[in-house]
Amino acid sequence: MTVKAKKILVHDMTLRDGMHPKRHLLTLEQMKAVATGLDAAGVPLIEVTHGDGLGGSSVNYGFPAHSDEEYLSAVIPLMRRARVSALLLPGIGTVDHLKMAKDLGVHTIRVATHCTEADVAEQHITLARKMEMDTVGFLMMAHMASPERLVREARLMEAYGANCIYVTDSAGYMLPDEVMEKVGAVRTALQPETELGFHGHHNLAMGVANSLAAVECGANRIDAAAAGLGAGAGNTPLEVFIAVCIRMGIETGVDLFKIQDVAEDIVVPLMDHPIRIDRDALTLGYAGVYSSFLLFAKRAGKKYGVPAREILIELGRRGMVGGQEDMIEDAAMTMARQRGLLMAA
Amino acid sequence: MSNKIKCALIGPGNIGTDLVYKLKRSPVLDPVWMVGVDPTSEGLRRAREMGIKTTDRGVDGLLPFVAADGVQIAFDATSAYVHAENSRKLTELGVMVIDLTPAAIGPFCVPPVNLLEHLGKREMNVNMVTCGGQATIPIIAAISRVQPVGYGEIVATISSRSAGPGTRKNIDEFTRTTAAAIERVGGARQGKAIIIINPAEPPLIMRDTVHCLTESEPDQAAITASIDAMIEQVRKYVPGYTRVNGPVFDGHRVSVFMEVEGLGDFLPKYSGNLDIMTAAAARTAEMFAEEILSGRMVLKPVPAVAMAA
Repeated sequence: MTVKAKKILVHDMTLRDGMHPKRHLLTLEQMKAVATGLDAAGVPLIEVTHGDGLGGSSVNYGFPAHSDEEYLSAVIPLMRRARVSALLLPGIGTVDHLKMAKDLGVHTIRVATHCTEADVAEQHITLARKMEMDTVGFLMMAHMASPERLVREARLMEAYGANCIYVTDSAGYMLPDEVMEKVGAVRTALQPETELGFHGHHNLAMGVANSLAAVECGANRIDAAAAGLGAGAGNTPLEVFIAVCIRMGIETGVDLFKIQDVAEDIVVPLMDHPIRIDRDALTLGYAGVYSSFLLFAKRAGKKYGVPAREILIELGRRGMVGGQEDMIEDAAMTMARQRGLLMAA
Repeated sequence: MSNKIKCALIGPGNIGTDLVYKLKRSPVLDPVWMVGVDPTSEGLRRAREMGIKTTDRGVDGLLPFVAADGVQIAFDATSAYVHAENSRKLTELGVMVIDLTPAAIGPFCVPPVNLLEHLGKREMNVNMVTCGGQATIPIIAAISRVQPVGYGEIVATISSRSAGPGTRKNIDEFTRTTAAAIERVGGARQGKAIIIINPAEPPLIMRDTVHCLTESEPDQAAITASIDAMIEQVRKYVPGYTRVNGPVFDGHRVSVFMEVEGLGDFLPKYSGNLDIMTAAAARTAEMFAEEILSGRMVLKPVPAVAMAA
């Protein structure tokens, strides 16, 4: 399939997935500065919430500097062209959060489940569609399900009312061939009018390549973050992806120089640490582990004297899925005890 | 045999069937009726094979036999939507109802924390909260009885295989009901509940993490002793209730990492989430049964409340 002259919608992750490396502590001023910069650069859709979605505020995932309501209320009125989206993980957030987001002017709701558990999203997707929101089903950790299983789950979300389905590489594990196989299978199975998206992480430096593979196989929404600010080694770097799209003739409507400046002048200075593929982020991609586990594993590693890389490998071996941040300290303690670094429980 | 309290089970699914196994072992309870709505139900067939009377006409099919068969306690393992109606019909006949649905029209019951209180009040309908609530609220209560807990949060992780269609369709009920019970029964000023469904094979055993934020510096020795004592209470009816790690003390944060392995009666051992519900419900029924058998408690019909037009 040729991608030339293909129109896609880029969806910015800086203010949602980017909350993970910021430990959910972005200030309202930082949010507003990034969002208005993205809007001016022509980014059409911008996600704003706690990194773990609406209702993510918790001991388990981290308490944010401000509530979802405060962030959304600060950003939405400033947008001239861009729409704002919010993420919701059933089991963490509820339809009450969804209604709150709708009332604040959120245009797009993305209901996220593990890639084999789409049926927990029924009540949220159904309600969002009833409220006439742009309703997206977001299948996380897509590397953990076969193409056939992804198709089955994607069809469920479509049947509940989602008008767009995402194949989400939460671990940054997938390689372009796998992206093509899975995105292609889901594309073939869904109604032609149902949109298809891809969300990548850059843990194996595949963010841009995987996104292109997805576009080639029929995806028309691509997630990316300015300067890559996102969990793990970050998301697909937005400004790089835009440059590549221009070279390939893919239309995004985003101004390359302006988005470069947002990345360089606004986002990079607010980073707590460089977003790069260090050995732990690389391990996420290599072992297929949920990207937002990164900082938790580093902290637990430091506290219990077990290398973060080894904790992450263990979490991958145990088949942990998104949201199981509690198991990081648990695994670290068990490993430390086995190594004689911690007394028996 | 006559020295046992006769019980009916509403809902012949996995929960109802597992309950039959547990009640059959009980020295004070005797399962005599299983109620379903589908004549082809596997659960009703299993119940008949175990010598239990069945009806496929819902609770209405049971009502005419309540008095003759001496049914005094009913377990409702159907859904929140039909529970209120089931409960009204049964309590009108003087049957005490133990609610395993998220309906929660009666007070929350977490046996080691507040069962005695409900016994004292002679409640005719008690609600068993949620699986995650049964697995975590004892720990929160163990902390809050030592010192005030400003915030209590739980993360329940269950295997995909043990998450039934009801849980999946109404996952918000889990988070809401559990959060409310963390406050009302656990004693935390503010409650938050998170549920994760994990599809790993072989299925993982239920895991439950409790995070509390105490209002003052946690008294580590007192909290640890209180948690250990509470775990012993839960282990009386769920022997596979185990502290894997913790308590971790980190500033005002107290975290405890639990695992719940089921007894493996009818349900597989990994589904500790289902087992802790049936075990807690059976435990609750036994305590009420002992009160009834000793004559300290007499079940009385609950008059129908006049409905507003």
